Amino acid sequence: MTFLNYLLSGISLGSIYAIIALGYTMVYGIAKMLNFAHGDVIMVGAYICFFAVSRYHLPPVVGVLAAMAVCTVLGIVVERLAYKPLRAAPSLAVLITAIGVSYFLQNGAQLLWTPNPKVFSSVVGTGRLALFGGQLTVSYVTITTIVSCIVIMIALTWFTGNTKMGKAMRACSEDKGAAQLMGINVNSTISVTFAIGSALAAIAGVLLCSAYPTLVPTTGSMPGIKAFTAAVFGGIGSIPGAFVGGLLLGMIEIFAKAYISTQLSDAVVFAVLIVVLLVKPAGLLGKKVSEKV
Amino acid sequence: MKTKKLTLNKNTRMNFVTYGVVIVAYVILQTMVTTGSISSSLKGMLVPICAYVVMAVSLNLTVGVLGELSLGHAGFMSVGAFTGVTAALALQGVVASGPLRLLIGMAVGAVFAAIAGVLIGIPVLRLKGDYLAIVTLAFGEIIKSLINNLYVGVDGSGLHFSILTNKMAMDEIGRIIINGPMGITTIEKLSTFTAGFLLVMVTLIIVFNLVNSRSGRAFMAIRDNRIAAESVGLNVVKYRLMAFVTSAALAGAAGTLFAMNYSTIIANKFDFNTSILILVFVVLGGLGNMLGSIIAAAALTILPEMLRSLQDYRMLIYAIILILVMLVTNNAQLKSLFSRIIPHKKEAADNE
Amino acid sequence: MNEKKRMNKAKMVPVPSKAIIPERDIDKAPILECSHLGIDFGGLRAVDDFNLTIGRTEIAGLIGPNGAGKTTVFNLLTKVYQPTRGTILLDGMDTAGKTTAQINHMGIARTFQNIRLFSNMTVMENILVGLHKEMTYNALTGILRLPAFFRSERIARERAMELLSIFGMEDTADAVAGSLPYGAQRRLEILRALATNPSLLLLDEPAAGMNPSETAELMENIVKIRDTFNIAVLLIEHDMNLVMGICEGIVVLNFGQVIAKGTAEEIQSNPTVIEAYLGKQQ
Repeated sequence: MTFLNYLLSGISLGSIYAIIALGYTMVYGIAKMLNFAHGDVIMVGAYICFFAVSRYHLPPVVGVLAAMAVCTVLGIVVERLAYKPLRAAPSLAVLITAIGVSYFLQNGAQLLWTPNPKVFSSVVGTGRLALFGGQLTVSYVTITTIVSCIVIMIALTWFTGNTKMGKAMRACSEDKGAAQLMGINVNSTISVTFAIGSALAAIAGVLLCSAYPTLVPTTGSMPGIKAFTAAVFGGIGSIPGAFVGGLLLGMIEIFAKAYISTQLSDAVVFAVLIVVLLVKPAGLLGKKVSEKV
Repeated sequence: MKTKKLTLNKNTRMNFVTYGVVIVAYVILQTMVTTGSISSSLKGMLVPICAYVVMAVSLNLTVGVLGELSLGHAGFMSVGAFTGVTAALALQGVVASGPLRLLIGMAVGAVFAAIAGVLIGIPVLRLKGDYLAIVTLAFGEIIKSLINNLYVGVDGSGLHFSILTNKMAMDEIGRIIINGPMGITTIEKLSTFTAGFLLVMVTLIIVFNLVNSRSGRAFMAIRDNRIAAESVGLNVVKYRLMAFVTSAALAGAAGTLFAMNYSTIIANKFDFNTSILILVFVVLGGLGNMLGSIIAAAALTILPEMLRSLQDYRMLIYAIILILVMLVTNNAQLKSLFSRIIPHKKEAADNE
Repeated sequence: MNEKKRMNKAKMVPVPSKAIIPERDIDKAPILECSHLGIDFGGLRAVDDFNLTIGRTEIAGLIGPNGAGKTTVFNLLTKVYQPTRGTILLDGMDTAGKTTAQINHMGIARTFQNIRLFSNMTVMENILVGLHKEMTYNALTGILRLPAFFRSERIARERAMELLSIFGMEDTADAVAGSLPYGAQRRLEILRALATNPSLLLLDEPAAGMNPSETAELMENIVKIRDTFNIAVLLIEHDMNLVMGICEGIVVLNFGQVIAKGTAEEIQSNPTVIEAYLGKQQ
């Protein structure tokens, strides 16, 4: 039963990574940029939810929606102010700008909300569901996390495959110039992508802090990097890839903690990433692009 | 023959300007130190600035000259810091001279960082672009994780190593050097500004002479067009590895220099954020522009100190400055707007 | 065809493998012999059963409609793609399993259809990269600036200037390659390839984007390069004046297969070739 417990917490953590990685991968697919500030949007989402629920005693659902709304606006504003002017610039310049945005969000949060840790109360309570006559208990947070991740994954797959905006996104990620010639508004498509990615980050932030309740201004950094790793693991730019990569990464991390060493779990996670990339240089589900000679 | 020597090409001229700037800066600052006309906070930053300059110049070799994004440069600094300091501490009773111990430490740091560079480079350099970047990030994190759990002690019979536990079979004179997450707490402060200056000069000589030789042209050819580079017979793997390992070795020496300026050092000091900080120096200073890297490294190390009066706001302002500089230097409209505000700057650009 | 444009062309004679090479090269083994060469991309046979023999100092042409697989043949010869089938003998040596860089060391140098210069480097540096293997000092000698470094660099720079003089490009030596006009970039690419001291030079559409007078000059220069360096040239070109004017043996490719081989005269009157280019006559 302990194995099943580990498996469940692995899937749960993996689901959070997957949700963040989905945002990462969508933004990468369309803007071809590594948005290092994505992890900090998670943190902002968690703070908004925290204040809505703990300070203003709003119902948790409202807290989550408020977090999503604020992060969506934040994502669009950041894209417009910091990334859009650099669309023709070298990718390194955009990367550094994203790092600047990340510093800005972290330090802004530190000023607004102090560096003191906040104890986040889970949005779905701390109850647990007993299975197999109490041999296996699953917290509501775990269940909510896993279910949210599956729902989001299905919704995103449907959205990108069947809606006009989703198709526009895929077109823009293939070839922005051609998409523009076909009458697609590239700017608004990119904005929508950032909006969706940021809303997902908000959900991930709430779920993350429900499972691991300490909230500080740097809460988002490490999950951000891990989720980025997950996105690359699955093949960056690929939505199913981010899902699979996130889940696998979460499970590897929990199993490494359980069976190898708590302190070295990060090393194990990153070592697995390296091995995977050596075998499959474009990630598990990424497609190999070869240069035309 | 004489006229030939006088008409140096643009690169060579730029290199001599860079050497000149570094020497002049050293002379001025060293004079200020001896006459006591330097603030104690700036004085304390002289060695870290030298270390960061070496880090920036060496990373510029990978990012600017070879054209590969590395997000784990601090990992090599870490390897250099811990191996170099261990060597210097282990030799405390053997080598009497402090500067010589520092030199040996830096050499050991460079060698171990180079070995790490080879181990990392062989798999990593098969990948491309962002995938290569993420793997260097991963290696940086692995190095941090490993050193955080590494225990090293020294006794009469030599060095003892252990992972995860500090239990090592040492005799009674045995002492722990690296103590896991506590790092090294017994460092002798051997680093001096002069040592830092010399390391910067050596780094510049190595990087400039390498870049302006057939090897350096191979790096740039691979950066500009890998397929064409192969078609003219370049062994791409060999030259990518050469640039990467040189860069790692220099970072290792910088790590030793940096660590031996403090009494304690922990592995978490050399994390992803440090790698990013160095990358910021390189990008702000200009890819392939070593003088730019030097100025950016020095200025951005001093900047947070200068903003100290702004207290809590300083890192926020640092972030805003970073974003604004990137926007102004990379956005065509903002660029032209600025050149209109500062007309002489445009003239200078036109004259080039 | 204008008679005076047919420069230095030799009579073509058959060799044992049923291919033809110039009469003057008959005592020497062919520089290139590929037989039954082929590559599949997924299910598509991009090139199939490709046979080609090139004489030691021959200027050969590879022509065919767009998408026929001409550049793919170049990529197979230089191992940018590893062939699925067939053998390539370069100067009698099998090139199986070699990398692109090793192929260059064995004697093939090439240019690219979509120019691939080291565009941020100067013209001089581009040639010096081509001369890389001529310079033998190692990295440490370079860092320490030992005498061998200066000697080797000086010789290489002189050699580079000689190469530049072929196209009269000496005064552009310090210009950044990417800033050169299009035609000059094509010429520089040829010089960079020549710098690697090849025995077979592959030119992928050398006259693309050139006007008739530039093309005429290019034709003379290709012949001059062959005569000066005593090497073989295989070129892909759509400009039929150029192909018919200087190519001795010509191979026509369509849908990845050789549909005709022979001298310019033979090719021009070949009904299959005419059909491939102009479509079937009703």
